[in-house]
Amino acid sequence: MSDNPEEFWRWREYRHTTPDMDWHNAKMITAGVDIGSVGSKAAVMLDGELYAYSAMRTGGVSEETAIKAMNWAIEETGLKTENINYVVGTGYGRVNVPFAKRTITEIACHARGAHYIYGPTVRTVLDIGGQDCKAIRCDEKGKVMSFLMNDKCAAGTGRGLEVFADLIRTPIEELGKTSLNVENEPQPVSNTCVIFAKAESVALLRQGWQKEKVSAAYHLAMVNRIIDLLTKVGIEKDFVVTGGVAKNPGIITRLERNLGIKPLEPKLDPILAGAIGSALFAKALYEKELGLR
Amino acid sequence: MKAHYGYKDGSGDYFIIIDTDKCNGCQKCVEVCPYGVLEIIEDEFDIEGGSMAAVTEEHRKKIKYSCGPCKPITGERKLPCVLACEAKAIIHSW
Ligand code: SF4
Ligand code: SF4
Repeated sequence: MSDNPEEFWRWREYRHTTPDMDWHNAKMITAGVDIGSVGSKAAVMLDGELYAYSAMRTGGVSEETAIKAMNWAIEETGLKTENINYVVGTGYGRVNVPFAKRTITEIACHARGAHYIYGPTVRTVLDIGGQDCKAIRCDEKGKVMSFLMNDKCAAGTGRGLEVFADLIRTPIEELGKTSLNVENEPQPVSNTCVIFAKAESVALLRQGWQKEKVSAAYHLAMVNRIIDLLTKVGIEKDFVVTGGVAKNPGIITRLERNLGIKPLEPKLDPILAGAIGSALFAKALYEKELGLR
Repeated sequence: MKAHYGYKDGSGDYFIIIDTDKCNGCQKCVEVCPYGVLEIIEDEFDIEGGSMAAVTEEHRKKIKYSCGPCKPITGERKLPCVLACEAKAIIHSW
């Protein structure tokens, strides 16, 4: 990972092992690898409980990223890929996970992962990924009932925010917070196209608008676009947000304000939802293989 | 599951909605569609697998135009895909 202070779009990559868990005692070791357009995540579960995980930037070659993310997740655990009973790949690069036995769409994995992270009361999942945005309705088991995906344009996605972070020279992890430092919300910039949104932001900066205010206008445009999508599938409580953008308070606070519904607070990093969901599908598939279901 | 394919823009809502619980993957809609908008994909939503209809990646971003010729402004509306589907699994939002 680079420490170059000029790379404002960069977010922190990390790995984690849950203390007090030992894979030697597990009956089933399953894993999920979520290769997104921007970030790649790997999660390992012991009998359906989250054990180790990693989140890193997707590199140029998806296969290599998949191997790296997986190896990083199990680093320090003594576990080897061969010890894992079943691996499921998900995300836009899901077919490029060399050691995965099956692929499941990220829509189903995000719903399942959200169910694990937030509990069975979740009915609406909004996943804001690197290059698309999905609104998902699910039942009490985390099964998808309805979904809508918007991939027409990068406006309203994580990649759009990265471009914006670079433009106003603010680190991506502070972007949302600083966008809330405005007394009144400005008019949003164009929300139909990321190129227009960027051009309008540049114009506002030239007019002498403060960075925070331009950022507020950009975030607001993104939120309006997301709300459009959500109202199409219908929002039912409980409502949660997954994906990298779930960590941006500039988006979450405005969603809450403009929708009048507060998203549930995550107990785990919501960027992991897809990887966790695929590890749970891996468990179900392994049980099926063993004739247990 | 109701899978929505399409988008919303300044001029309106353009979605083809496939009810995957009704769709049996018979492929009739794909055969009658004159513009290659529909395809059969593997059901990657659940562990059971199977196949179902979907809108191709290529057309998702422009279905307003792709389906335009099937939707005359006046006169009776007969969408080949909807008429072909015995399971009544296809709905157009516009
Ligand atoms: S015709 Fe209907 S049932 Fe057959 S594949 Fe198309 S949508 Fe499914
Ligand atoms: S309306 Fe016409 S072009 Fe559109 S999916 Fe149906 S058959 Fe194909």
